[in-house]
Amino acid sequence: MNLDPKVPDGPLEDKWSNHLEHINLVSPNNKRKHNIIVVGTGLAGGSAAASLAELGYNVTSFCIQDSARRAHSIAAQGGINAAKNYPNDGDTVWRLFYDTIKGGDYRSRESNTYRLAQNSNKIIDQAVAQGVPFAREYGGLLANRSFGGVQVSRTFYARGQTGQQLLLGAYQSMMRQVHEGKIDLHTRHEMLDLVIIDGKARGIVTRDLVSGKIERWMADAVVLCTGGYGNVFYLSTNAKNSNVTAAWRCHKRGAAFGNPCYVQIHPTCIPVSGHYQSKLTLMSESLRNDGRVWVPKDQDDERPPNEIPDEDRWYYLEDRYPAFGNLVPRDVASRNAKMACDKGMGVGKTGRAVYLDFRDAIERDGRDTIEEKYGNLFELYENITNENPYEVPMRIFPAVHYTMGGLWVDYNLMSNIPGLFVAGEANFSDHGANRLGASALMQGLSDGYFIIPYTIGNYLADADLASAGKDHEAFDEAAKNAQDHIDKLLNVDGDKSVIEYHRELGQIMWDKVGISRSEEGLKEAIEEIQDLRDDFWKNVRVPGETTNYNKYLEFAGRVADFLELGELMAKDALQRDESCGCHFREEHQTEKGEALRNDEQFSYVAAWEYQGVNGELKEKLHKEDLDFEFVKLKQRSYE
Amino acid sequence: MAETMTIHLKVWRQAGPNESGSLVDYTLNEVDPNMSFLEMLDVLNENLVEEGKEPVEFDYDCREGICGSCDLMINGNAHGPRPLTCSCELYMRNFSDGDTVTVEPFRSQAFPVIKDLVVDRSAFDRIIQSGGYVSVKTGQAPDANAILVDKEDANTAFDYATCIGCGACVAACPNGSASLFTGAKLAHLNRLPQGEPERRERTVAMVEQMDKEGFGDCSNYAECEAVCPKGISISAIAEMRRNYMKAVFAGEEA
Repeated sequence: MNLDPKVPDGPLEDKWSNHLEHINLVSPNNKRKHNIIVVGTGLAGGSAAASLAELGYNVTSFCIQDSARRAHSIAAQGGINAAKNYPNDGDTVWRLFYDTIKGGDYRSRESNTYRLAQNSNKIIDQAVAQGVPFAREYGGLLANRSFGGVQVSRTFYARGQTGQQLLLGAYQSMMRQVHEGKIDLHTRHEMLDLVIIDGKARGIVTRDLVSGKIERWMADAVVLCTGGYGNVFYLSTNAKNSNVTAAWRCHKRGAAFGNPCYVQIHPTCIPVSGHYQSKLTLMSESLRNDGRVWVPKDQDDERPPNEIPDEDRWYYLEDRYPAFGNLVPRDVASRNAKMACDKGMGVGKTGRAVYLDFRDAIERDGRDTIEEKYGNLFELYENITNENPYEVPMRIFPAVHYTMGGLWVDYNLMSNIPGLFVAGEANFSDHGANRLGASALMQGLSDGYFIIPYTIGNYLADADLASAGKDHEAFDEAAKNAQDHIDKLLNVDGDKSVIEYHRELGQIMWDKVGISRSEEGLKEAIEEIQDLRDDFWKNVRVPGETTNYNKYLEFAGRVADFLELGELMAKDALQRDESCGCHFREEHQTEKGEALRNDEQFSYVAAWEYQGVNGELKEKLHKEDLDFEFVKLKQRSYE
Repeated sequence: MAETMTIHLKVWRQAGPNESGSLVDYTLNEVDPNMSFLEMLDVLNENLVEEGKEPVEFDYDCREGICGSCDLMINGNAHGPRPLTCSCELYMRNFSDGDTVTVEPFRSQAFPVIKDLVVDRSAFDRIIQSGGYVSVKTGQAPDANAILVDKEDANTAFDYATCIGCGACVAACPNGSASLFTGAKLAHLNRLPQGEPERRERTVAMVEQMDKEGFGDCSNYAECEAVCPKGISISAIAEMRRNYMKAVFAGEEA
């Protein structure tokens, strides 16, 4: 397996511009001869589809939702980072790069992360030009705020709905190209397989979710922008339809899966209330700018939170990390919440929650200021919990939020399958073992607006593409494969529901492949997942038919894939016998309980090659060594 | 509040676009008041699957009120009884033990039923395609602070831009008008300096597309504003009409 990252030579700050200077171009006349498939319409897919169409390529775009505007990027609340240094607080591209690579615990590629920081400013320019209504100062200039893991204010925001506004900007640009006839858009279509001809990605097979029809689509390149796989945990902050199927089916066709065990657990979510719970709701991390996290010092303290005086409260983040306080990175905040609850100090009915208190911020800034900053989040919280956070502290607990792992890509965002590009959360690049807040939107848009449009031309300019049609045997095989899988699901005819399997898988993942992991737990998880998968294929009940709208059937296919992915995640977490970022192995921690890296042995990307599944999932580990030429590896510290 | 409740449901079942549909009765016991409305429907579906029956199809995704997928007519109200709430953000504590609750799709000539509670809202996408954007290509943008935007204008534009495209406005309108949806996008973009150059063309194109899709006219019932989960003001509609009149009749180039 060829895992050459193809990082250009030269100083860090010149790599991307040098690369652009030497990259192959496709002339305007030839662009219109190329068809490109873009799967997914979130920030990465929407921005890539729009930008490629603007350049003159013929784009065919797919999404599983009923409209391209509903992709899960829409739910991102807090903001988007850029190194504009508008607040004059000393921010630079280097600092944004350094914060991101340090935040990722030195497990990402320097060159990719640096380019992300370089592109950040152009994203803000582009979004403003599209009419994205970012927050502004009275003078009419853009406003900024700070976010976890950094000491400057570089986050641009649109109240608590930044993802929505950025996505609508990308979606509207996309709709303009649909109107121009440059994008052929197919909603309610799910990608079920990748078609490879002569070793190159040449098309996909989809299912029309309304008619159930299996369809074939041919192209010169495929761009996968299908998001992350957090729903392997069943309960997560991801939208219910978010899934790994498109990426997983590419993996089964030979695309390497990078760092699958890197999962971000977000520290500020609304706690679980009952068995019926179908998803978890995130409260933006920006709340930690003004909210103070605490638990009662005495675990038997029965007083209502407001009657507990300061001396009886343990502000554990401020106490343990005086320099960053409540703004420590997400992984540190999540682990500490778990630590407090594991000690029996958790609050609320279940004891699986900590307080996030705005009392002091309201006293300091006034209720109006807090309401302007967080009004919609406070309303969201009150509606779900029936408690008013202006008056009583919020109860929060960590939840699975984002997956840093994903399909392996080189510097051009191309996977090891020529012609298959992967952008946004679906790829593994940029965030290492932990993603800083307000960086996901940045990465999705950097990939889609400012990287893919160039690098895809570089590929197409000298790709020697065989002339083939949709009747090629590779299409026959993929279409049959997709239909067989569906028939197999419908024919099991067992008596256990898809949701029950998903819930059980999620529990195994949360307990043993979640916030903290151990060799023993991971080995158990692997066996338990194998047993559950085995049982699934014997006893699952999928109602309805294949030929019409059938959400249970869609979910069954996705859960089947999660049942394989879960095992790979556990295997990856097991081989990574160190702690780094979000990957916390109990065997490897500092005296203070922080993640203890082992750079000598584990400074690499784990890229897995699928080799079949037969009771056990067979995967071969390949390693891409991470060379740190420009930053010095340090023990991450936020004290 | 009762520990758990019994809820009687009347749910619209329709096998396909060309089939006739009807309300079907179901009863759910042990409904937790802290369940969301959609989680209650999940439980109903799990029961139906266990009984070997077909589950009720309904659209949902984010389940936190931002994607705009969910679209239920609950007891005759778009998104149910609670103001400023999507179907997915409605909790069962808003109902009482023993209540009968009717669940139907968002009905409109322009939103054909696909199955059960699922409708086709692609007409909204086509309205945006006709002009709901700023014509700027990737890479053409000047520095983000090069053009000042009045804070009030930015805030008002944001208020209109929060539309999630759910279609409640259409479902609630006696005329099935999409004026609030269309007006909101126009009020967002037309107000900003970035959107001003295309104001006239955009307004005319979007209003005409709205008509083509088979949505009705606005007669100022204001039902749309009452059900909008994002609280979008019908001032958007007045603004849209003003801009449209100016473009078409006052000699402004369309």
